[in-house]
Amino acid sequence: MGDILIEATNIKKHFPLKRGWFEEKRAVRAVDGISFQIKKGETFGLVGESGCGKSTTGRLLNGLIPVDSGEITFKGKDLSKLSRKEWKKYRQKMQMVFQDPFASLSPRMKIKDILKEPLDIHFKQMNSKEKDTLVMNLLEKCGISEFHLNKYPHEFSGGQRQRIGIARALILQPDLIIADEPVSALDVSIQSQILNLMKDLQKEFDLTYLFISHDLSVVEHISDRVGVMYLGDLVEVATKEKIFTDPKHPYTQALLSSIPQMDPTVKREPIILSGEIPSADNPPTGCKFHTRCPFATDECKQKVPDKQNIDDDQMVACHLYKS
Amino acid sequence: MSSLQSKSMEVEQIKIKEPGRFQQFWRSFHRKKPAVISFYFVLLLFVIMIIGPFITPYDAAEPDYNSLLETPSLTHFFGTDEYGRDILSRIIAGAKISLSVSVSAVSLGAIIGTMLGLISGFIGKWVDKLIMRGCDVLFAFPDLILAIGIVAILGPGLKNVVIAVAFFSIPSFARIVRGATLEVKEMLFVEAAESIGAGRMRIMLKHIFPETLPTIIVYFTMNVGTAILAAASLSFLGLGAEPSSPDWGAMLSVSRDYIGTAFHLVFFPGLIIFLTVLAFNLLGDGLREMLDPKMKD
Repeated sequence: MGDILIEATNIKKHFPLKRGWFEEKRAVRAVDGISFQIKKGETFGLVGESGCGKSTTGRLLNGLIPVDSGEITFKGKDLSKLSRKEWKKYRQKMQMVFQDPFASLSPRMKIKDILKEPLDIHFKQMNSKEKDTLVMNLLEKCGISEFHLNKYPHEFSGGQRQRIGIARALILQPDLIIADEPVSALDVSIQSQILNLMKDLQKEFDLTYLFISHDLSVVEHISDRVGVMYLGDLVEVATKEKIFTDPKHPYTQALLSSIPQMDPTVKREPIILSGEIPSADNPPTGCKFHTRCPFATDECKQKVPDKQNIDDDQMVACHLYKS
Repeated sequence: MSSLQSKSMEVEQIKIKEPGRFQQFWRSFHRKKPAVISFYFVLLLFVIMIIGPFITPYDAAEPDYNSLLETPSLTHFFGTDEYGRDILSRIIAGAKISLSVSVSAVSLGAIIGTMLGLISGFIGKWVDKLIMRGCDVLFAFPDLILAIGIVAILGPGLKNVVIAVAFFSIPSFARIVRGATLEVKEMLFVEAAESIGAGRMRIMLKHIFPETLPTIIVYFTMNVGTAILAAASLSFLGLGAEPSSPDWGAMLSVSRDYIGTAFHLVFFPGLIIFLTVLAFNLLGDGLREMLDPKMKD
């Protein structure tokens, strides 16, 4: 660990809402100016409620959707101003694993062809035999026997399909894998298998993960550092240990208190947040969390809190920790 | 361990013998009787189309002035026409004209229409608007009027009938493929293909097109029926096949003067057109029920 592999600086993405001609223009602020860094070799977990902009962040980094503003620096090169075509070259180095393994594989392609396709696109000079051996080696590492090469995706279970999805992401030997809720569609027993597989592969191929999830225990299991998102903003970023033992932001505290305890004798008062998550097309003024925050003051309602580094490796955006 | 491995291999071997997708498809298809009967009827037509010249009891073009306008009998099953030509032989010979004209016309229309629909649905924006407004213009004309117009410009003849029929099937294919494309485009595997760096062409042809294929097959089958009817209509109006050729539409056209005196002259060509169009439509219906998951029970 050490070098920064990818860095997002103040990236924004607003999806305009189509309205009548005379109404004011509004937009869903899916990602509203977030910044973070991912170091080489680490796993960065991104957590938050559904609709907070986690998945959009993943797609922005990969260039599947263009950023409105802000910079994405990958290995020292600013990608945000590249055209779609130029971005393609960098895709090879950052691949995605998707949430729904039932929908992310083309239903009318054989496994062999699905896995070969990235090679067909990026390594045109490679001959068919070399591709075959690459595919077979990788499939075996991902726990699918070569016997299945000529099958179609619908003949596999969810866990197997996610293994195939991971193999497809790995075949181009990327540096960064953006995993968008890779296990949330799977059974709990399969989840741990896939997570362990991802850990093993990380060691073997020296991978960096951006791991997006709403499941805190999953994130705790796999991440080195964790970022907590709320309504398009990153409210707290810290190492896993700090997030899970000493959370600073009231939202993080509330999230963590919702994890069920293994030990029934330990009493912990869950922090129940009042109200619903506000709409992202009309977020609250000031700190976006003030409508639900138990410690909210007048200042929170008016002023957007600064992102402060209260420690070397802990960032929090909250007025409570003003220095 | 090795015995365990061989065991698991055995299990896998057995699995392979399970009915494949196609066999399963075939089995459930056989439960739909109208579609199955239609399928065999269409198959029979195609067989007749190929071996037709060898099985006609009489020469389809040879007049026989000793047996004019004979009613159906054991020597001439469907009777004879005003020149004494055997109607059954002419219908068999006509199958080749009707089927080849309609199938090639619909194929041409389907290929062009599918390309336009894929581009329109996938690229969107002004390209989509341009193509769809063009289709709207063509849709504004009734099919047959449009076809008559095109044949009027190009001149009569079977080749121009093919072009005319193809032309009016383009917009309907374009629209239906566009619809399917819009649906498939939003699916996750298309995004996944984009994330591995696939270009637009590759995504369109390798990921979206195969998904729209079932829709195209169904629509193709149904359109062949329409095309047969259109080709027959054009021939009936004297814009298609030459009046003396054994085309079904042309036969109807020539013999309509005898409808009062010798009804079998119009009855049999009319019946075969009716049955063929019906068969293609029922087959298309059956295929749609099979291929469209929303219609499965």
